[in-house]
Amino acid sequence: MSAASLPTSSPRSDDQIPLLAVRDLVISYGNILAVKGISFDVYEGEIVTLIGANGAGKSTTLRGISGLVPYSGDIWYQGQSLRRVPADQIVGRGIAQVPEGRGIFGNLTVLENLKLATWQRKDKGAIADDYERVFKIFPRLQERQSQLSGTLSGGEQQMLAVGRALMSRAKMMLLDEPSMGLAPVLVRDIFQVVQEINRQGTTVLLVEQNANMALRVASRAYVLETGTITLAGTGEELLKDPRVREAYLGG
Amino acid sequence: MIYILQQSLNALQLGSIYALIALGYTMVYGILTMINFAHGDLFMVGAFFGFMAALAFKLPFIPTLLISMIGVGLLGVAIERVAYKPLRQAPRVSAIITALGVGIFLENLTLVFYPYPQSVPQLLQNITWTIGGVTVSSLQIIIILMSLGLMVLLDFIVRRTMVGMAMRAVSWDKTIVPLMGVPVNLVISITFAIGTSLGGAAGVMYSQAFPVIDPYMGIMIGWKAFISAVVGGIGNIRGAMIGGFILGGVEIMVAAFLPSTYRDFVAFTLLLVLLIFRPYGILGQPRPQKV
Ligand SMILES: Nc1ncnc2c1ncn2[C@@H]1O[C@H](COP(=O)(O)OP(=O)(O)OP(=O)(O)O)[C@@H](O)[C@H]1O
Ligand SMILES: [Mg+2]
Repeated sequence: MSAASLPTSSPRSDDQIPLLAVRDLVISYGNILAVKGISFDVYEGEIVTLIGANGAGKSTTLRGISGLVPYSGDIWYQGQSLRRVPADQIVGRGIAQVPEGRGIFGNLTVLENLKLATWQRKDKGAIADDYERVFKIFPRLQERQSQLSGTLSGGEQQMLAVGRALMSRAKMMLLDEPSMGLAPVLVRDIFQVVQEINRQGTTVLLVEQNANMALRVASRAYVLETGTITLAGTGEELLKDPRVREAYLGG
Repeated sequence: MIYILQQSLNALQLGSIYALIALGYTMVYGILTMINFAHGDLFMVGAFFGFMAALAFKLPFIPTLLISMIGVGLLGVAIERVAYKPLRQAPRVSAIITALGVGIFLENLTLVFYPYPQSVPQLLQNITWTIGGVTVSSLQIIIILMSLGLMVLLDFIVRRTMVGMAMRAVSWDKTIVPLMGVPVNLVISITFAIGTSLGGAAGVMYSQAFPVIDPYMGIMIGWKAFISAVVGGIGNIRGAMIGGFILGGVEIMVAAFLPSTYRDFVAFTLLLVLLIFRPYGILGQPRPQKV
């Protein structure tokens, strides 16, 4: 199956190939069916959000895209199937992930965490520019670069997780609940950073429980309920949708 | 006083051997939270590889040491791939039993080739000096310096290089390491290669100091190195080095001042007592629970 012949279930024009196309994705953990055959697209330059309640299968979907769990169905990136691509090569292909719960390496310093994400990169000069870019977005990380990252505050750890994903210079970033556990001010900051990163050219797939904020920044959104996509539309449409308002925006 | 100095030198020599072996236990534990109980036998295989290389190639000490380190390193990687990797998700006990089984396999395989103890040719010219009543042998100095050199090198690799960083990252949380583009299995293999080759180096050096080797020589020394790693704080590299020297020191001093049959008894008792007061070892720390 060639990428050009992919069905496009998206509101965008038919002649554009999605950057990421998820087709009939099924993921289970033993007997537990966590994702039950979902399909969605992310186009270059978009912020697409996946919202849903606890246990809906959001993180599992991202794990599938990053190759961390086996799946059936298919995931296409830039017209190529990722099915047989090992997890550690997905980043090299251009998809970085900020995992759930600030998956940083607490026993490494801030700088080491950033550096590790450049494992596959050979472009030394560009790496130096990327440190600068990350430190410009998160000056706090620069101040703390030699601190053990396990001793950072929750907000700082989240900044580090995002900064680290930037260091791989991926074209696409998957973010798993970046606002989790942050104070409201920081939540706003993090969403601003996500928009800023997107403006600088990174396509974003954002998983959130904070539906309100997520739908505001998203170009398009999908609602995931117990492993199935039940609603899709632009961020604005879903913000107004009574079903979304009732279930995720507190009425 | 002279006697104590003399014994201290012996303690350094024994301690550096324990420390080198302890590093293998601690590195594997750090990355897989698994005790590689075959490691003492890999030390034995290292001694035999050195012995075989010395007979076959008649090379000097350093090349023989390197051949043995490479051989044991490759063997360590193969053991991990074949025997341990399939059990990564299995209950801890299965991995422990498998490791013990691999150890027994190595002992008996060696026994097939060498049913009798072998005497190892001297690869190092052994000159002794007497300085103020203390006898210093060049062999002792070389063993101590080589061991320290390897430890400094390892410390550098773990703390300063990208591979070392990846090793530490895997030990923290291997599920997210692939997201960095880092292949976890490669990092685990490198860890096994380095850890087991240090055991091989210890085997060659030990068999220069005590030149009769047999397939069971790794059992007791393996236990003691394992205990050194635990005393230092298992999973902690500098801890393993410190633990090795402490155990070497305690053993030599006990043997120096008490009947030598007390050696293991006193050494092990001291270590048990230490663990009551510092259950995570000297440098070990309870791992903060991740949420
Ligand atoms: N490692 C695992 N083993 C078994 N079941 C799992 C595992 N990880 C997730 N699940 C199950 O899969 C389902 C989907 O989980 P997932 O983590 O994808 O949800 P989520 O939408 O990210 O939820 P949350 O918003 O709480 O993070 C849940 O029922 C969960 O219990
Ligand atoms: Mg989740």
